Amino acid sequence: MSVAAAAPPVAASPAAGKRSRRARRTELILLLFGMVVVAGYLAAVEANLLDTITGDFWVPAAILTTLFLGMHIVVRLRAPYADPVILPAVATLNGLGVTFLRRLDLGRVKAADRADYPILSGEGGRQLLWTAIAVTLAAVMLWFLRDHRTISRYAWTLGFVGIILMMLPAALPGSISEVHGAKLWIRVGSFSIQPGEFAKLMLASFFAYYLVRKREVLALASKRVLGVDFPRGRDLGPVLVVWALSLLVLVFEKDLGTALLYFGMFVVMLYIATERVSWLLIGLFLFFGGAILAYVLGAAIGGPFANFYQRANIWLDPFGPAGSDRAYTDGYQLVQSLLGLGTGGLFGTGPGGGSPGQVPEVRNDFIFAGMGEEIGLFGLTALLVLYLLVVVRGIKTALAVRDSFGKLLAGGLAFTLGLQVFVIVGGVSRLIPLTGQTTPFLSAGGSSLMANWILIAILLRVSDAARAPLGAPGGMIRPPVAVGQPGRPPVGTASAPVGARRTAPVAPASAGAASVATAPASPAPRPADSPQIADSGQPDGSLSRHTAEQPAVSDATFDDEALDPAVDPFVDEYDGSEYDAADAETEPYDAPGRPSSPRENP
Amino acid sequence: MNAPLRRVGVVAMVLFGLLFANLTYVQWQKANDYRTSQYNGRVQVAEYDRQRGVIQVSGKPAAKSIVTDDNLKFLRSYPYKQAYAHIVGYKPVNGTPTGIEYVENEFLAGTSDQLFADRLRDLWSNEKTPGGNVVTTLSSRAQDVAFDELVNNRNDAKVGAVVALDPRTGAILSMVSTPSYDPNSIVSHDTSGADAAYNKLAADPAQPLLNRAISETYQPGSIFKVIDSAAALESGYTTNTSIPAGSSYQAPGTTHKITNAVPSICPEDQVTLIEALTESCNTGFAQLGVALGPDKITQAAANFGWGDASLQVGRLDGKGMPVAASEVGTLTTDSGNPDAPIIAQTAIGQANTRVTPLQAAMMAAAVANGGEQMRPYLIDQLLGPDLTTNYYRAVPQRLRTTCSGAVAANLQAMMVSVVENGTARRAQIDGYRVGGKTGTAQNAEGAKDHGWFIGFAMKDDRPIVAVAVLLANSGSGGSGEAARIGGLVMKAVITDRGGK
Repeated sequence: MSVAAAAPPVAASPAAGKRSRRARRTELILLLFGMVVVAGYLAAVEANLLDTITGDFWVPAAILTTLFLGMHIVVRLRAPYADPVILPAVATLNGLGVTFLRRLDLGRVKAADRADYPILSGEGGRQLLWTAIAVTLAAVMLWFLRDHRTISRYAWTLGFVGIILMMLPAALPGSISEVHGAKLWIRVGSFSIQPGEFAKLMLASFFAYYLVRKREVLALASKRVLGVDFPRGRDLGPVLVVWALSLLVLVFEKDLGTALLYFGMFVVMLYIATERVSWLLIGLFLFFGGAILAYVLGAAIGGPFANFYQRANIWLDPFGPAGSDRAYTDGYQLVQSLLGLGTGGLFGTGPGGGSPGQVPEVRNDFIFAGMGEEIGLFGLTALLVLYLLVVVRGIKTALAVRDSFGKLLAGGLAFTLGLQVFVIVGGVSRLIPLTGQTTPFLSAGGSSLMANWILIAILLRVSDAARAPLGAPGGMIRPPVAVGQPGRPPVGTASAPVGARRTAPVAPASAGAASVATAPASPAPRPADSPQIADSGQPDGSLSRHTAEQPAVSDATFDDEALDPAVDPFVDEYDGSEYDAADAETEPYDAPGRPSSPRENP
Repeated sequence: MNAPLRRVGVVAMVLFGLLFANLTYVQWQKANDYRTSQYNGRVQVAEYDRQRGVIQVSGKPAAKSIVTDDNLKFLRSYPYKQAYAHIVGYKPVNGTPTGIEYVENEFLAGTSDQLFADRLRDLWSNEKTPGGNVVTTLSSRAQDVAFDELVNNRNDAKVGAVVALDPRTGAILSMVSTPSYDPNSIVSHDTSGADAAYNKLAADPAQPLLNRAISETYQPGSIFKVIDSAAALESGYTTNTSIPAGSSYQAPGTTHKITNAVPSICPEDQVTLIEALTESCNTGFAQLGVALGPDKITQAAANFGWGDASLQVGRLDGKGMPVAASEVGTLTTDSGNPDAPIIAQTAIGQANTRVTPLQAAMMAAAVANGGEQMRPYLIDQLLGPDLTTNYYRAVPQRLRTTCSGAVAANLQAMMVSVVENGTARRAQIDGYRVGGKTGTAQNAEGAKDHGWFIGFAMKDDRPIVAVAVLLANSGSGGSGEAARIGGLVMKAVITDRGGK
């Protein structure tokens, strides 16, 4: 990286430094509050199960606090402008997961032996270890990945490896890969991993890269049906390929939820990139059509669809018709989950006061139901809100970041996280049929935890890029890693406001076809498939071809569309109210290596 | 891309909104259904924080909670084991309770609304007040006699039931069903052992868990003749009215001949009504039934409570254990005409008619009480944990009027004749006016007959006790043995009341 980016924040403007300090202080406070909640939960569990609180109940909470504080320090150093809510929310979820697994451990042991149960053993201790590994991975990733756009350099590799990982369990025999009828695992000895979790991240990166490149083409409309523009037939190709792959996943891995996740991720990212609602409609139609087809085939011929058919039937009637014993066989898991949730009611039975052990697989798939019995509807709502905070903050990050790759990456990852939570919690509470997905951050299991923490690291990285004020050292205007031009300081960079970064603004849907190619203010038409890593430089290294045309003073709007903070829930103060003119004057144009004003750009 | 991003954000919020709505449905709307579902085996550990109340029989505890040093602080204990098992019920660690443990579950647990003041006080004092206590109507002496005699009956009948009632109030003084079981094994804290014990009992072909006094119906045999007599008396017959009898009777429309138990019973062409009942004359009552017609028989039975599917025994103003409905059967053909062969058989307690032992006892009780049938109940009082504060005292309720006082008086006279001169002599009690009726009921092909006895004891025109005894498949002499047991149970109640 250039010298400029590596310089210590000596020349940081007071405003930028103040903002980052405030954000990090908020983060620290929220983090400590979350850890206090976790410690309180631990104490409550012991009070209920042991009738006394042992002297070392706080040890898991202390270990977790140390780990997360370490991550917090990494964030302070490497991503000082990142969103302050994401890390504490995720840390609290993770901590509660570890705590609940410890509760399950204690519950399995006879009452007399519980006080002697070692503080770090069992599932809880193992999950603590996985947390340490996952957080370390995330910290390492955040430390060494300075710019999220680096990911796009490896997009094709990631895509290829992602598809392999996604299909790998399908190719393996059932003895290695099948758990509860869904082939999503690789189990070697006592070690098991779910490659799909990592495949999700890799495919998201690939989709983001691919869609930025192809979005003009994919946004071309060919005909208009019922007021919605539909794309050309030949452009459906890639979508159909992905749909076919998802169907293959459904058929060979026998899990609808995973198929839904991959397909949903792609369709939503496609919609974001092209702004065409028709893609959403096509995607919904394909998905539901596929699901109904799978159900019908499952009823008729069984085979690979049998698992889905059975799960759909259990969803429709978990207790079975009167006289059947479905509640004791097929439907036992879902029935016990519902009974547990109902027994918990509004306030729950109290931590340690329920019988989560009655639900099979309560340590991973059904952890939400197990916790629900003990913390009640109010507790579960709090957990859902924590997830929602992460998702919403992720979307906010996507809105705020100035480059298209970052938008797609952050938006896609955030939505996928939300979709995964929807799929698993919906399955557990009988909103949709049950699938083989894990509950992010709560489920016992290393691969899920690691993959989700890496996702958070990426989100934090993008969030830092999104919220850093223009020109802050290490902030947005960093020398991009342009192809073939490593490390060269940019020339004439500082002034271009965010909104100009888009190389070819996507025409609004109503403008119809072919307008894309004639985007105004484009000095030289560029072939659509040249490496367009967003914001990467022109061949001459300058950041944007719009430099000369832009107004002198950067305005804080970073979007072609006007944003109205009063109306838009996703617009926050970083749209401009905080970054006011005073900052603009005193701000980063004095940073070393940068010209002090755009007008001085030769 | 921002506009679609924002919309995607809204979609995410909508998805979470759906999750929240569904969870609200599961954890609020359906919470109670799930909590009390039959598939729900969750132990409410909090229940075991508080000592469960005592179920008392004649001042002694038949169900109590003893302190343990387990994870669950209290263990339910049933000192009398088999004798009271069906009435008192059991409260297992995993699963739903039965019997009075079920009927008064909240009060015994201390969580009922009536004990709210105690719970409020607990919040302050940080103690857990024990649950409330239930005082039953049972007489321990009568129950013990009934249980011992049933288990050791001289006809070696393995299955039987006894019900004894106070005719003036409806209070159940004794209710036994054999074979019985020891409920202590089902409530053990070792849940796997408890489950195994329960499964073994549930799988036992003898069905020890079944409370035959209220949940099972049997062919009544000759005790149905009391209904026939009531129908006749209501239609204008008197105890001395002559009715056709004979050594055999062939109803129109069948070749089957009804005969009497032994040839010496009513071989004459005509006998009086009272003689017919005293000797238990099958031919007489068969013809009487046909003569009275289906409507009168069915109506008389309904008047005594047959066909009532809504009866429950427990608390008078609350819930109780459901009682199976007794049936007369259809006495008409498809076209609505009287079905004489069926009526003839029904009149002697065969064909399709079925009765529970409780219903049989209620029949005798109504006769003893001048035709007024009282609602049966088991729970006499609800006392607070201090055994003094009274939260409920049973106020007897009239269930129905079965017949007029005059008819009842005549029925009494007829039934007294059965005990003094007829088939139920073994039920006599010195110094007391005892009436009754025996019954022998054919049932399945190749199976031994059931033996029945229903009766009552009165002194100075005041009814003291009514009883019904069933010895299933007891064979010949079964009804006589039933009468003997009935007499002993009635004597036990009399002793309890301070009689001789």
